[in-house]
Amino acid sequence: MALLTLTGVTKRFGGVVANYRISFAVQAGEIVGLIGPNGAGKSTLFDVITGYYRPEAGDITFENHPLVGRRPDQVNRLGIGRTFQKLRPFHAMTVLDNVTVAALQHEGDPTAARAEALRYLEFVELADKSVNYARELSTGQRKRLELARAMATRPRLLLLDEVTGGVDQRTIPTLLQLIGRLRDQGLTLVVIEHNMRVIMSIADRIIALHLGEVIADGPPSEVVKNRRLIEAYLGDAFARPPREG
Amino acid sequence: MLTFPPFEVLIQGILSGIFMGFVYALIAAGLSLIFGLMEIVNFAHGEFLMLAMYTAFWMYALFGLDPLLSVPISAFALFGLGVLVYYGIIGRILEGPMLAQIFATFGLAIFLRASAQFLWTPDFRQVGNALVAGPVRLLGISLALPQMVASLAALAAFAALYWFITQTETGVALEATAQDRQAAALMGINTERMFALGWGIGSACVGVAGAFLTTFFYVFPDVGSTFGLLAYVTVALGGFGSIPGALVAGVVIGLLEVLAGLLIAPAFKYVAVFLLYLVVVLVRPQGLLGKF
Amino acid sequence: MRRPTLLLLGLFLVAALAVPLVARLPYHRDLVIKVLLFGMLAQAWNILAGYCGQISLGHAVFFGTGAYTSTVLQMTWGMNPWVGLLAGVVLAVALSQVIGYPCFRLRGHYFAIATIAVGEIVQTLALNWEAIGAARGLSLPIRPDSIAAFQFHRNKYPYYYIVLALLLACLAVSAWIERSRLGYYFRAIREDPEAAASVGIPVTRYKLIAMAFSAAFVAAGGTFYAQYVLFLDPESAMPLSLSILICLLAVVGGVGTLWGPLVGAEVLIPLSELTRVQFGGTGRAVDLIIYGALLTAVAVYQPAGLAGFFRRAWGR
Repeated sequence: MALLTLTGVTKRFGGVVANYRISFAVQAGEIVGLIGPNGAGKSTLFDVITGYYRPEAGDITFENHPLVGRRPDQVNRLGIGRTFQKLRPFHAMTVLDNVTVAALQHEGDPTAARAEALRYLEFVELADKSVNYARELSTGQRKRLELARAMATRPRLLLLDEVTGGVDQRTIPTLLQLIGRLRDQGLTLVVIEHNMRVIMSIADRIIALHLGEVIADGPPSEVVKNRRLIEAYLGDAFARPPREG
Repeated sequence: MLTFPPFEVLIQGILSGIFMGFVYALIAAGLSLIFGLMEIVNFAHGEFLMLAMYTAFWMYALFGLDPLLSVPISAFALFGLGVLVYYGIIGRILEGPMLAQIFATFGLAIFLRASAQFLWTPDFRQVGNALVAGPVRLLGISLALPQMVASLAALAAFAALYWFITQTETGVALEATAQDRQAAALMGINTERMFALGWGIGSACVGVAGAFLTTFFYVFPDVGSTFGLLAYVTVALGGFGSIPGALVAGVVIGLLEVLAGLLIAPAFKYVAVFLLYLVVVLVRPQGLLGKF
Repeated sequence: MRRPTLLLLGLFLVAALAVPLVARLPYHRDLVIKVLLFGMLAQAWNILAGYCGQISLGHAVFFGTGAYTSTVLQMTWGMNPWVGLLAGVVLAVALSQVIGYPCFRLRGHYFAIATIAVGEIVQTLALNWEAIGAARGLSLPIRPDSIAAFQFHRNKYPYYYIVLALLLACLAVSAWIERSRLGYYFRAIREDPEAAASVGIPVTRYKLIAMAFSAAFVAAGGTFYAQYVLFLDPESAMPLSLSILICLLAVVGGVGTLWGPLVGAEVLIPLSELTRVQFGGTGRAVDLIIYGALLTAVAVYQPAGLAGFFRRAWGR
């Protein structure tokens, strides 16, 4: 039985169709890459899954719980965590407090929550910055902070919106290692990513969106040869049939 | 609870409501323009109106200038004030927390009101010999001439504003900045200058309205507070950021105020208006024609 | 608690307890009581606005609710004013939930204006409600001095200790909130409600909780006021100017901190009295001129208020 199932999810904003009849399933333990050109509807899909937007049509089920109509905090408490593309740490709070807020969901006492928060910060290698304010961090550090914060809510599914965007090239391997460790912890991940090399190296499966629709869904080796996908990214001049011989 | 007044009084009331409605619309248009540009509510908008009224009054008291002739002076002065306030205060808190945005102009409102009281005493002032005064009979209905003139002028100013926004290059640039700040900047529009211009024009609207109001309204330090509150309601109803919406909403508010006063009781006319605000923002946050 | 805070607290308590011995004139006694009352009201507002980020500009509504509830119950059914205080608190909390539930959906500015609208509506209704005295107001029946009757005439110092106790209770609850899960959640909501929701915080529920605490203390202050002044009317018990004054004290003093609002009251209220004495007739406007300028200055330059300014000066 799949962990997360989307069936025919459609989201419109006035005349613009952001997501159109999107259907796919995510199995427990998978790392699914969600790719597509800008404006393909990827972040919107995350917003729809996590309850910030209500779809016009379709069903979303997580571990047998229907998600449509639930508020974002309810979705999170069911077991789905997320990060944001435009990072949203709690700027005027310290790094430790940022994660403690999330940890308090399961660990009601602030002292215990703080201790647990510290453990998550150690996992993302940000523990030395605990007393700094979130606004003092670099982009890469903020990404790790959001990750720790999302993890502290003890999700079983993590939706990561842009792991490597805006991050220093040298930091990418560290982030990738982190993602690997997350999978080892038993987490299922859906990752929006623009960096194809990153996706190819970590994803078990890739789902490609274009203009709000799913145009490819399969293992990386197959998806990469998908003509529609190449067209979408590079224009049809590049979608020539493969050379013979 | 509802008491119906005689027919003539009702008609007079409705017309009076529409007239005041145009004035409210002009006042609200300024507020809406500012909000559309930078999502900041000028909590001192009512006090700006108060200053405009005092400007017209003092032009009359010191130089014998009729309020109608003071309109350009008042508009110009308020334009300057708006720009000054933008650069001095607003420009510094644009990216700040909600608290700073609300209380910066709130503090300004308190400061202006108290300063007016200190400088000019709480006495009610009146322009005694305005050019436009007294009632006019039209088809058997008695209408107040000053109100009529004020409302026609407000309508004219409103039209001028709308023309400016849609037909001139600067005006279009202003609208563009309101729609999408980043895109406008990318197209070479100086957004800082647009914001200051927005504050200037928005305040000038109030300058015009204020001068005309002096022909039939008492001038005193607190006069701005009620107009300010009515302006928020009007903008919310019309839709924050929508100039045409301000016109429709202004008339609705003007009518509601008068009808509530006539049909229920004068004490409750503002209750009706505030209830309308609550209903609108809760049921249809973007107002009648608004974007947000 | 850290050592400097404990020391400050100790100093404050000593000073507070000693005041009645030093300030013997009725004028000074009234001033000090006013400072403590407004300090408490400002701190109560701070719970909702400073900690949780919801700017209410209509808080006087709860003050009036507390004052009128205990007074009407006392005058109509002879209910003991202390029980009336509790009733006022309950009613104010209920009212706060009714107001908050729909209004918390609104964003910053819209919410602020909505609270003004509610405040004006309630005040107008009160001005026209015969059963509670309408515009004429209510004069509380004079009873002989006693704690039970919550009235003291010959020696008014018990009032001072009562309002001091209220203030300390409010500060204690605030300090507890700051350290508890509530405090973390409130701050997250204040920073970014959508991000807060993404980590499982039911945003509206916690806003309502903050609102409840806030309204409760303001209502208690209202009952105290009624028993102290022994006269009540909508103009004095729930005007917009009272709502604004409460915000002002908290913001200038330092919003979001434990001591800020009290500092604001301690500085601004005596200042207001001073200008009244110095400038005679138009004195009332001068204090407002200063208030307005300070409020804008704090909003623009030093959002941490006077408390933030002092903290910097102390080098902490």
